[in-house]
Amino acid sequence: MANADCVVIQGSNMAECHPVGFQWVSEAKARGARVIHIDPRFTRTSAIADTHVPVRAGTDVVLLGAIINHVLSNDLYFHDYVVAYTNAATLVNEDFVDTEDLDGVFSGYDPRTGTYDNASWAYEARADTDGEIQEPAGDDEPESRTRARAAGQELGSYGAPLEHARVVRDETLQHPRTVFQILKRHYRRYTPQMVRDVCGIPEEQFYEVARAITDNSGRERTTCFAYALGWTQHSLGAQFIRAAAILQLLMGNMGRPGGGIMALRGHASIQGSTDIPTLFNLLPGYLPMPVAGEHDTLEDYLSQIASPLQKGFWTESPAYTASLLKAWFGDAATPDNDFCFDYLPRLTGAHGTYQTTMAMLDGEVEGYFVVGQNPAVGSAHARMQRLALGHLKWLVVRDLQLIETATFWKDSPEIATGEVRTEDIQTEVFFLPAATHVEKSGTFTQTQRMLQWRHQAVRPPGEAQSELDFFYELGRRMRDKLAGSTDERDRPLLDLTWDYPQDEHGEVDGEAVLREINGSHLTGEKAGELLSSFTQMRADGSTSGGCWIYTGVFAGGVNRSANRVPRHEQDEVAAQWGWAWPMNRRILYNRASADPQGRPWSERKKYVWWDEEAGRWVGKDVPDFPVDRDPSFRPAPDDGGPAALAGDDPFIMQADGKGWLFAPKGMVDGPLPTHYEAQESPVDNPLYAQQRNPSRLIFPRKDNLWSPSGEEPGSDVYPYVFTTYRLTEHHTAGGMSRWLPYLSELQPEMFCEVSPELAQEVGLENGGWATIISARSAIEARVLVTDRVRPLTIAGRTLHQIGLPYHWGIGRDAVVEGDSANDLLGVVLDPNVHIQESKVASCDIRPGRRPRGEELLRLVSEYQSRAGTTAATAHERVDEVPPEMARRRAAAGAPGETGSTSATADTEGTG
Amino acid sequence: MGYLARQLAGRTDPAPDAGWQEAPERKGFFTDTSICIGCKACEVACKEWNAIPLDGLTLSANSYDNTGGLGASTWRHVAFVEQSRERIAEARESGRRLVELGMPGMGAPPAAVGGAPAGGSPAGYGTPPAPADGHGPDLRDMLASSTASRAGTSIAAGTAGASGAASPGTTVDGTPMVGALPDFRWLMASDVCKHCTHAGCLDVCPTGALFRSEHGTVVVQADVCNGCGYCVGACPFGVIERRTDAAVSVREDGHVPDVGIAQKCTLCYDRLTDDQTPACAQTCPTTSIRFGTRQEMVDIARERVTELHEQGFTEARLYGANDDDGVGGTGSVFLLLDEPEVYGLPPDPVVPTAKLAEMFRKAGLAGVGLLGAAALAFVGRRP
Repeated sequence: MANADCVVIQGSNMAECHPVGFQWVSEAKARGARVIHIDPRFTRTSAIADTHVPVRAGTDVVLLGAIINHVLSNDLYFHDYVVAYTNAATLVNEDFVDTEDLDGVFSGYDPRTGTYDNASWAYEARADTDGEIQEPAGDDEPESRTRARAAGQELGSYGAPLEHARVVRDETLQHPRTVFQILKRHYRRYTPQMVRDVCGIPEEQFYEVARAITDNSGRERTTCFAYALGWTQHSLGAQFIRAAAILQLLMGNMGRPGGGIMALRGHASIQGSTDIPTLFNLLPGYLPMPVAGEHDTLEDYLSQIASPLQKGFWTESPAYTASLLKAWFGDAATPDNDFCFDYLPRLTGAHGTYQTTMAMLDGEVEGYFVVGQNPAVGSAHARMQRLALGHLKWLVVRDLQLIETATFWKDSPEIATGEVRTEDIQTEVFFLPAATHVEKSGTFTQTQRMLQWRHQAVRPPGEAQSELDFFYELGRRMRDKLAGSTDERDRPLLDLTWDYPQDEHGEVDGEAVLREINGSHLTGEKAGELLSSFTQMRADGSTSGGCWIYTGVFAGGVNRSANRVPRHEQDEVAAQWGWAWPMNRRILYNRASADPQGRPWSERKKYVWWDEEAGRWVGKDVPDFPVDRDPSFRPAPDDGGPAALAGDDPFIMQADGKGWLFAPKGMVDGPLPTHYEAQESPVDNPLYAQQRNPSRLIFPRKDNLWSPSGEEPGSDVYPYVFTTYRLTEHHTAGGMSRWLPYLSELQPEMFCEVSPELAQEVGLENGGWATIISARSAIEARVLVTDRVRPLTIAGRTLHQIGLPYHWGIGRDAVVEGDSANDLLGVVLDPNVHIQESKVASCDIRPGRRPRGEELLRLVSEYQSRAGTTAATAHERVDEVPPEMARRRAAAGAPGETGSTSATADTEGTG
Repeated sequence: MGYLARQLAGRTDPAPDAGWQEAPERKGFFTDTSICIGCKACEVACKEWNAIPLDGLTLSANSYDNTGGLGASTWRHVAFVEQSRERIAEARESGRRLVELGMPGMGAPPAAVGGAPAGGSPAGYGTPPAPADGHGPDLRDMLASSTASRAGTSIAAGTAGASGAASPGTTVDGTPMVGALPDFRWLMASDVCKHCTHAGCLDVCPTGALFRSEHGTVVVQADVCNGCGYCVGACPFGVIERRTDAAVSVREDGHVPDVGIAQKCTLCYDRLTDDQTPACAQTCPTTSIRFGTRQEMVDIARERVTELHEQGFTEARLYGANDDDGVGGTGSVFLLLDEPEVYGLPPDPVVPTAKLAEMFRKAGLAGVGLLGAAALAFVGRRP
């Protein structure tokens, strides 16, 4: 980031939530970069930025789409980069129909299931192959199933698979079915005027932002984007990020110093917990979790990850998978038994946190481990979370403090309202004290994919244990209990390699685990030696490795994550600080920092280039490309895998080697980002008849009600938009801050931030109390009246936004307590990654404290009945369109119905 | 200047004056509020290191400031100031005037060097830096020379614009950094004890609890202080305070240490003794708080204020860097983006003991006069 000439921070409050990383923005600024902050509120990030652009929450696709349109219509894109390195020139097949032609849905939409069949989004194939390019193995997986396993998220580090890469390209970009022309048509109506009317951004400010980006992109300059949960936590969150990716590709800002899109990670090792996942649908290294009935054999499984005929490194997934299984099951894993592939659990549906919560309410879940999380405060619809906990038989909470999730049975707000009585809760709650980050050693993997080793400073107090020790001990005890069992179902546990060395205190050696993750040679003359690169992994069981992308972190027996050469003692790339996956590369896809012939785009942005004499890629970083591949190399038609990468295919993990402006596969809710309003919005979608993302995951339940939107009757009952966020002074749901007096003192009470105009409109006083009511619940907060929140003019109407930090919860154990903003939220999820929409929703606000006891429930239900909301409200998948349009949609769609279909009948989330 | 005269006012190096032989160079902070992100890590690091109790757990409803100000239990304090367009315009204008009109006291005239500050001078607070030791350049000269040197280099650089080299007042893309007046700004500034060259608190302390350390800083010894409170009134910045029983303990036993005792920043005397950086500067993620020798801090501060003026941010000004001010300059210097009052800082602080010699002289004269009168009365008595 320090090398960027313009930094656009959107969907993130970087200075407040990532203050340490923000030093690189400060550094860029000190070098003369422009810093632009686009956010509903003026925050501590805005205070440092050159420009703050207030935006209506949830409208980022309109803004980004309009910049894309501006760039395309005025020929401001980086032409040479776009033609050579993206799929702009690639042709899409004839069946594709855009949202512009179907009033808000793409071709292939099935209104009964709310899912897309993406066959019509495929690339056109060259005449020597058939029709269109599908997923490998014939694309027989129903899309509803891909969605149920959050398929988009499985593509955490790679592009979706393609059968082969024999695409048709028109490098003049003129063919009407080139991605370039499709993109142009798709964003034609995303204009500065639309931005003004939808986002509330004046036209001159739009041009200022657009100019900053275009002036600071190209050969000589680069622009960097940074986002965090302000982009992800929406019912189309993944598409917000796709929109930025399209813009950055068009401007030539990927794979180059000072470019890229920084996904700012919300807390320690969140990147690490997707690399070595805590997610239900992933195995380490972004290998997908196998699905019941589809991946019965290792062969079935591998054939869906990648086709041998596509380009890039995913074709090597058999080696990654075999090495993983060897790391887990050791000698028990052999080629003959598919390396114990059968031992892996299979997915039978979506098992995300919200689906699990609803399954608890329905009595389908007996036990629950809560580790490093405080769902009673920190998850959307926190009220539903607390009620669900009371349906468990047992609950284990491992935390530093007695968080609200551990004490819900005695002091949750539902006890105060009389809905729940302590004596009726049958859940047995176990609280186990956890060691803090200074009391254990191990790695953190942060933004930028960097592993950094952390040394233990002090031993954990009392019975507190690290996660590593706890799970090792738990596994050991379970294995002891099962020892001698002949039952087949116990084999996976008994065959696990579960033998890490412990020190004199009984603490497991974290470096031993990191060595196992790194992997080693198992046979041959190198047997026992640690691997230095994932390219050494083999599919025949001769290597092991717990996470292929981490291979190399322990190369040569040295823990490279513990490298700590100060920055003043090395060059700017700082390769000797920590270790970044893969292969200690600091910028991914850095082949794109050179032109198609391999020369740096400019002296100023020189990074990795082709050394003609040496016949190698060289530069400041580890080249992210086959190191001896000549820029002029062209593969033979039947080549696959890394061998099929042409000398100008910089996106080596994409199935066609190109950056995807248009995503023919991989996104479950459309190949191009399209603006939909949030689940709850006081504004009608001015672009399409389709109000909301037609593929969002909905849960029509009586305990998950929504305000009517736009012009629907009753929407004026909840006329204001609220957004939730964090403050520097606290950490997420408060478990690491509300118990600390020094932090609690700095932000002692729950508050709401309102504009002076709204305060006047409803009679709020600075420092006084306000009650905020949504269709789910009502909370109280102290009032901060501030110019940092501005009313916006949306299509000629004034729209007020309210800011709510979400750190507080009700529980008597903390130093400070308060109502939780998450109580106001409902559950609606992005279909790609199953993240909840918690950055935008509707509410009312009024002066004074909220009622106590049963009165609170009465207030909430009085609002609900005034708004006329029912379980069906806002749960329509598609909105009414004229019959002619319905016919067109049907013609372009999947089998079945026309017109609008309510989803109330086929309730999701309980399966 | 004589040893005694130096004790109360004017330029001096305080540690040797206090009797330290071979004292290390004077230490201090430079707090650059233009890059502060208001994270309050300094407040927390300070309280953690020094094990200070809480002021309380109440929301002030004054922006994001819930600790209010410096006091017995808050030794670093981050102020949050929300400002409208009009106020920003005023700040920019007042800063510009400091340079363009030439403030009295900005760069004390050489004739005044070594003497008392020029009468009626605003003593350098809220002004650009005065020349160090009376012979350095003032801001006007620094700006002029910087412009001249750039004129030379930019010809040599040729296509500087295309290669992205920024001129001082613009970003890489040539946009003026200062731009149009924004509608709003949010100032954040971390305040701390000034460790004055002439410290009122120290001068009035009757017990010797306050002392001048070898680093030139001013430190309270809690176990010597008797809680008389003279120092509280003697601090022109309102920094030092006595801890009251309203403080909230952070300890399990609920004990609040040193109630009734005067407390303030020690510039981490214990850490300095071990050659460590003070806790606040150590933790600051943006280098808004810097620590080093006082001379180094003043030099960096001047460079930074020059840079900001070149970029067009005429609201930037230094605070505490003028050795000819009412406290002889401060150990903690600041770069502010508005008048000191906006941040709750006095515009023209004067150590109350500055006139002590004169007062003694006058009191002495009065005493002599009274004695004389009394003697006369005896003399004049009828036998």
